[in-house]
Amino acid sequence: MKLTEKEIEIVELLEKNARLPIDTMAKMVSLSVSEVEHIIKKLEEAKVIVQYATIVDWRKVDGHEGVTAMIDVKVTPKRGVGFDEVAERIYRFPEVKSVYLMSGAYDLSVVIEGRSMSEIAHFVSEKLSTLDSVISTTTHFILKKYKHDGTVFEQGDQDRRIVVAP
Amino acid sequence: MQKTKTYVSDTVSRLQPSGIRRFFDLAASMEGVISLGVGEPDFITPWSVREACILSLEQGYTSYTANAGLWELRKEISDYLARRFEVLYDPANEIIVTVGASQALDVSLRAILNPGDEVIVVEPSFVSYAPLVSLAGGVPIPIQTSGKHQFKLQPEQIEQVVTPKTKALIICSPNNPTGTVLNREELVQIARIVAKHDLLVISDEIYAELCYDEQYTSFPAIAHMRERTILINGFSKGFAMTGWRLGFIAAPKDLAMAMLKIHQYTMMCAPTMAQYAAIEALRNGAGDVEQMKKSYRQRRNFFVQSLNEIGLSCHMPGGAFYAFPSIQSTGMTSEQFAERLLLEEKVAVVPGYVFGASGEGYIRCSYASSLEQLQEAIRRMRRFLERL
Repeated sequence: MKLTEKEIEIVELLEKNARLPIDTMAKMVSLSVSEVEHIIKKLEEAKVIVQYATIVDWRKVDGHEGVTAMIDVKVTPKRGVGFDEVAERIYRFPEVKSVYLMSGAYDLSVVIEGRSMSEIAHFVSEKLSTLDSVISTTTHFILKKYKHDGTVFEQGDQDRRIVVAP
Repeated sequence: MQKTKTYVSDTVSRLQPSGIRRFFDLAASMEGVISLGVGEPDFITPWSVREACILSLEQGYTSYTANAGLWELRKEISDYLARRFEVLYDPANEIIVTVGASQALDVSLRAILNPGDEVIVVEPSFVSYAPLVSLAGGVPIPIQTSGKHQFKLQPEQIEQVVTPKTKALIICSPNNPTGTVLNREELVQIARIVAKHDLLVISDEIYAELCYDEQYTSFPAIAHMRERTILINGFSKGFAMTGWRLGFIAAPKDLAMAMLKIHQYTMMCAPTMAQYAAIEALRNGAGDVEQMKKSYRQRRNFFVQSLNEIGLSCHMPGGAFYAFPSIQSTGMTSEQFAERLLLEEKVAVVPGYVFGASGEGYIRCSYASSLEQLQEAIRRMRRFLERL
């Protein structure tokens, strides 16, 4: 799907801030409000814009700190369906947040969130490793999130400029 | 013996302190101020550039460089000017790396002026031009451009002030404070008059990277103008490197060598670590510049349209990051307007008169602030205007 420069600008603005008011965005790209609404609707229908999500720092919420792990999974691809079938079997679990097919030393990279380490350990040993195609798994627990999807969690870059300058 | 006289020179005694200063002191003393008074990018210097500087320090590059600047950097500047603006300068003897574009201006004026020589300054203008002309022994001759022409210099205005003593003309496009860009045809018209009166042009192109609606034209790229132009540019605005104090001069050899004499006696060389950072900026910074430019353009579109909506008529500035709306409908002077806006709504803008007589009736608003700040500033300004 070929997008115009202004359509790309709108997507980029929404990607940074999905709550940007339409009238503000319209001014920024020099279009009318209805034109922007039309473009957004079109991009939503074409699934270019897939979803509007919020980045949450759950560590700040008592009782919801949670644990995230990245699991390297080696699998045997199946004739006819390749990796797709096993990937689907994995991503259907709601605790699985993302699944990527990777080049390199392993095949699937699986990100999973759970309430505790033991919950994740349970998932790996009971659900993931027991799948027929899975040959091996290596689990890495995330200790601290510095930056996620382009957003730095602890923003330290405040405006340091002097108030008035020539 | 008691001291009976002032030791300050007559020239300096006559200089007026910048009108911006008073505002700065007032705004700095208040809390919760949204400042649209800042003449610099709100971006921090791109990380790759900062990282290159750190690396140079780790490797111990802390000594002087050649007077004109690191050879590597001058070569990069030469390539950059050719690539970006289609102007050719020899890195060996036509480029000088300076301590910001400000020093470049100072060196240029001192290199060309004999006592009493006149320099045409196009107002509203950056606050340093006229004082630097005076300090160099020259006489600044202002031209007042008008909001009617979006503050574009009309070639016949040069004819009206030119005298046998006129040595040079300073132009700045995109302009601080008006954001106005002079396009190729307009520059050609100016060039015709400049050639007719055998003037030198000091072209301050510090905002050249921030030109939003059309292809930028560098003045020395106009036919026959290279030989009579001192091109000034730098890293402050386009590359978000204000604090590094790094600019450059590109000029024909005879002029460049004259300026180098002053530069070597007064400055030795520009800071070495900043020069290493600048090499990285020119080699790999184009993507960052493009991103920042896009962001300024979006904020400009939002801000200028919003100003017009709340009743402050404002032309769409083609470059830099300033909007220069008229406040004449309020009946206030720019100083009254700026002062009341600051005290009543805590929004700092710069009154237009500080940029010259023709800036009266206007205010300079920098839109190099976050979108949230701009939205809030517009809300406050709307409230202020509704109350009047």
